[in-house]
Amino acid sequence: MPGAAVLVETPVIERVLAAALRRGGDFAELFAEDRRSTSAVLDDGKVEELSTGRDRGAGVRVVVGETTGYAHTADLSEAGLLAAADAAAAVARQGGDGARVVGLEGSWPARPNEVVVFPEGVPKATKIELLARADAAARSAGSAVSQVSAAYGDSRRRILVANSDGVLTSDDQVKTRFSVSVVAMGDTGMQTGYETEARTVGFELFDLVDVEEVAATAAGRALSKLLARPAPSGELPVVLASGSGGILFHEACGHGLEADHIAKDVSVYARQVGEQVASPLVTLVDDGTVGPEWGSFAVDDEGHPAQRNVLIENGILTDYLWDYLRARKEKRQSSGNGRRQSYRHLPMVRMTNTFLLNGTEDPAELLAQTPSGVFVAKLGGGQVNTATGDFVFGTTEAYLIENGRITEPLRDANLIGNGPEILRRIDAVANDFAMGPGTCGKDGQSVPVGCGQATLRITGVTIGGTSGE
Amino acid sequence: MSELLELAERIAGQAAKGEQIEAYASRGEETDVRAYEGEVESLTSAASAGVGVRVIVDGRQGFAYAGSLEEEVIRETLAEARDNAGFATPDEHVGLPGPDGRAPATMDLWDDELVAMPTATKVELALELERRVRSGDRRVRQVASADYGDIAGESAVATSTGISASSRRTICSLSVSAVAGTGSDSHTGVGFSAGRGPADLDSDRAATDATERAVRLLGATKARSGRCVVVFDARVTSTLLAVLSSAFSGEAVTKGRSIFADRIGQEVAVAGVTLVDDPTDRRAFGAASHDAEGLACRRNVLVDGGVLAGFVFDTTSARRSGTASTASAVRGGYSSTPSAGCRALALTPGALDATEILAAVDEGLFVQSITGVHSGVNPVSGDFSVGAEGLLIRGGVLAEPVREVTIASTLPRMFLSVLHIGSDQEWLPGLAAGQTLAIDAMTLSGS
Repeated sequence: MPGAAVLVETPVIERVLAAALRRGGDFAELFAEDRRSTSAVLDDGKVEELSTGRDRGAGVRVVVGETTGYAHTADLSEAGLLAAADAAAAVARQGGDGARVVGLEGSWPARPNEVVVFPEGVPKATKIELLARADAAARSAGSAVSQVSAAYGDSRRRILVANSDGVLTSDDQVKTRFSVSVVAMGDTGMQTGYETEARTVGFELFDLVDVEEVAATAAGRALSKLLARPAPSGELPVVLASGSGGILFHEACGHGLEADHIAKDVSVYARQVGEQVASPLVTLVDDGTVGPEWGSFAVDDEGHPAQRNVLIENGILTDYLWDYLRARKEKRQSSGNGRRQSYRHLPMVRMTNTFLLNGTEDPAELLAQTPSGVFVAKLGGGQVNTATGDFVFGTTEAYLIENGRITEPLRDANLIGNGPEILRRIDAVANDFAMGPGTCGKDGQSVPVGCGQATLRITGVTIGGTSGE
Repeated sequence: MSELLELAERIAGQAAKGEQIEAYASRGEETDVRAYEGEVESLTSAASAGVGVRVIVDGRQGFAYAGSLEEEVIRETLAEARDNAGFATPDEHVGLPGPDGRAPATMDLWDDELVAMPTATKVELALELERRVRSGDRRVRQVASADYGDIAGESAVATSTGISASSRRTICSLSVSAVAGTGSDSHTGVGFSAGRGPADLDSDRAATDATERAVRLLGATKARSGRCVVVFDARVTSTLLAVLSSAFSGEAVTKGRSIFADRIGQEVAVAGVTLVDDPTDRRAFGAASHDAEGLACRRNVLVDGGVLAGFVFDTTSARRSGTASTASAVRGGYSSTPSAGCRALALTPGALDATEILAAVDEGLFVQSITGVHSGVNPVSGDFSVGAEGLLIRGGVLAEPVREVTIASTLPRMFLSVLHIGSDQEWLPGLAAGQTLAIDAMTLSGS
């Protein structure tokens, strides 16, 4: 049994689950978590602080009919867990017979990839040293660079999940990230540039990623925008660079495919399985098993193994994303998408790594065949209203396309569109697939996700700049 | 003295010679209830506690935190913070404040009635809220969420430099999201009500707001692109002020990350704009007797009659710019270090209320809600571009509904283009008060 399981001994788990169902109930679950994290920030040329933290606790969930009770505690002793079980069981009104026995059967899926260097074994000074290298690289990118901030972070999150269906499992999730943020100052004021690398790996991230390159990319973004003109206002063709725009699918349809929105009929994709919801060029996958990507794990926060789910195939909607609760109602299996920010939170249907599969076109050709429009080299964050399908996302590096060529840089702007409409307007997908990390927020909970896509073209998106066409 | 403050003092008291220690401890209890189709969808009850420790030696700061108040864990946390301090770059400006002689405002932010309220009553509040929306306007076809939530929290900060402060607060809220219409003509409206205790909650207003906001968008279309006057709903103004607040952070200013750096004494807005951050106003949700470093909170004027008057500082950023802390240290709980920030921003109200502003504007766009604030508003470059929905203003009154458009400008230009600041000021959850705000010459991108 892997290390995480010792968070709570098996006989204690059995007694806690029994206590949770003492007053009746259809389902009980214990989720325990032990997270250690390190972060270091360099700003204004100085290492400002090195911070380490530890959070440990457990949550007990009891489901009775349509009602879920949840209570959590930082006290992992049997008494603490029993008190949480009692509080969660308060939603069970019918009064059970207290005789239910839970037989647990352990299963221990392997990590999507092996961790080579556990960050806790790396000297703090080695982590700090990365920051100074990034700072120097960003500052040497141009004399207009006026401020640099670099951040390092690692975390190790051990979880244990056990439930009254007999599930007993654990995961040990190691993540490492590095980001650089740059301000450049020019005649037209200040501009910002940001770049981040984040993966579900240990300190070997830095064998794969060069921090100087991360810094140079961030600096390049800020510097190029010093010469930028205001973004246009109105509807134009948009070409999204490979790996830069996966967030588009996360917002434009990913959230709308989450079964909780479907069950409440507050998604534009409800009752659309089997229908053509996107251009035939679109095959969309959510996959928590993709090796080192930011949204990967071995088991989700309900104890279900990560899996690959095809959501849209050649433009036809094939399935939604499911957690335990929504799946149970539909008498089907979870798709491994039950996730939570921490033991303090109820699990919800969430994405993992969501991406559009590769197309066949040459990316340079695709661009050359776009007479005019906007080339988005990097997208920032986005937001969607699942009920209407309307979403926005911001550009952080974008250029004008004129006569099939990238010309002038543009200042940051938001793009706005309607999910189903935008999916139908994708008329070209290239063969240069790439992925990137993101943080997804839903109902106040944040979880790490991956997003990916190849270079692609959308025939028309509304661009929220200030300049007339 | 509270147990929590005693604990913080005990940690701070362990400072060795040449070492400064700050301990910040907090704990809270919260309940959340979500109703759906007349049933309780979920009921969460939770208690959490934790401690964050800063250690400063020779201008080097280290930090560690733990989500526990157990003695052994606290010992480990202090040791970690001490170890971490050795890795920072020495900075003469880094240090803890000492008492500055200012007396804290007396503020009662705690409601005993809320603490005593049984869970069953909280459940009934959530159910009642959902019922109100469902049984109201027939055009509302779904209630996406109907929530009751509350928190009762206490925090304490003590330092080896003589700071010792603690406070406690309660907050409770009702919020509901209504969906009107079907298919591609679906629209959502959010309503809420919040306060220190149950007596402040207005379920009817939350339900009515959610319903009205969803229903009035039925039939919405894209508006024509062009320049126009934009009137922001009070809630949107509150969101905008909160985003803008980082430009007034002394830390952002000293590090060259604010559009307002080096502009003190200059005209940055029209003469009618006076912006104040006053955490001693107890009506504000961010009201506090002490800041996150334990200094007595005070009123800070940021813009006075259109002229940039000041910034907000915590101790370190103040020392960097050769001034004193404005008692504006904020922190996101025990797991983060303090930084400079606003708590209770408000624009001085103007003469006209919302209806009068619409009448005065005559033609333009009324914005009910915005999206993409974090991706589209950049307080460093000043670029502003957000998604918006609302209603056209025609002949001084609200007309056709509008969706899927963006509005854009730059923050400096918007400050200089303020036409009206509403007299309808209202404190809302978050960092800033809400009030209707009209801004000239924004670019609308639509069809």
